[in-house]
Amino acid sequence: MQIDKLARQMIEALPFSKALSMRLEEIEPGRAVISMPWDERLIGDPRTGVIHGGAVSALMDTTAGATVMARPDGPGITATIDLRIDYMRPARPGQRLRCEAHCYHATRSVAFVRAVTRDEEERDVPVATATGAFTFNKTDKGNTAEAGNK
Amino acid sequence: MSAKKPEPVQVIKERRDKALSALVQGVPYISFLGIQFDRKGDELTAILPYAEAHIGNPTLPALHGGATASFLEVTAIIGLGWAILWEEIESGRVDPAEIGPERLPRLPKTIDFTVDYLRTGLPRDAYARARVNRSGRRYASVHVEAWQDNRARLFAQATGHFLMPARD
Repeated sequence: MQIDKLARQMIEALPFSKALSMRLEEIEPGRAVISMPWDERLIGDPRTGVIHGGAVSALMDTTAGATVMARPDGPGITATIDLRIDYMRPARPGQRLRCEAHCYHATRSVAFVRAVTRDEEERDVPVATATGAFTFNKTDKGNTAEAGNK
Repeated sequence: MSAKKPEPVQVIKERRDKALSALVQGVPYISFLGIQFDRKGDELTAILPYAEAHIGNPTLPALHGGATASFLEVTAIIGLGWAILWEEIESGRVDPAEIGPERLPRLPKTIDFTVDYLRTGLPRDAYARARVNRSGRRYASVHVEAWQDNRARLFAQATGHFLMPARD
């Protein structure tokens, strides 16, 4: 699909996403999946080889932002207002991380997103979860009536 | 009555700089981002020199939110790790001569981290300082402020909770 290809180029071409070798796996309105390989340059704890939390934050921020950009009722651009990350357990060294994000609600000016990051042990507890608010500019296109937003 | 002669300033500086360098140099992600630390006494200022690779929005251009979040989290962890190490060294419990690649200082682990993006990160150097608001036996709460041209105009701030490292 063309939109998919365009989104992939847009996200994977961002210099910082590129520096971390992020790969867009799936994208649809309000949902995105982006993965990032383990890399020794991203290690945050030299004693264990566990990747730095900051790199996980970058993956979460990119994926969460992508869900907002992929909304058909918005302008296709956004900026993070705030992002909170909870680290449940260390990511296993050597494993690819996969972040899945959902934009579960958007008002005229704010989009709300939740994200979960897992390593290759998919049935294990997630590595980290995140919740964030993003700037949004709702266009009338594809708009649906929303309580409290009139 | 003879007071103990104070150590030469150069000896003190060397000891502290060596300890800080051991704390920072061991972490590959800090070098990957190019983050440096400027030390004045126990106060640290983190510096993120501008690099094209940190851009997230090429049209503005603006720093990537993930680069900013990473910079703040690195500043928080090193800020807290340094506060712990400082206390250990100055009390004489840890001999800085023993710190090296074979025996790296332990780092706190992030429990949660919340970043507020206040302004667009401009394509230029960024600075950050961490303040340890509480440091207990098991948990610590750290606040970080980041700015670019003006110290009073923050472009991002963050609060995080950390698990304190176990003592060796």
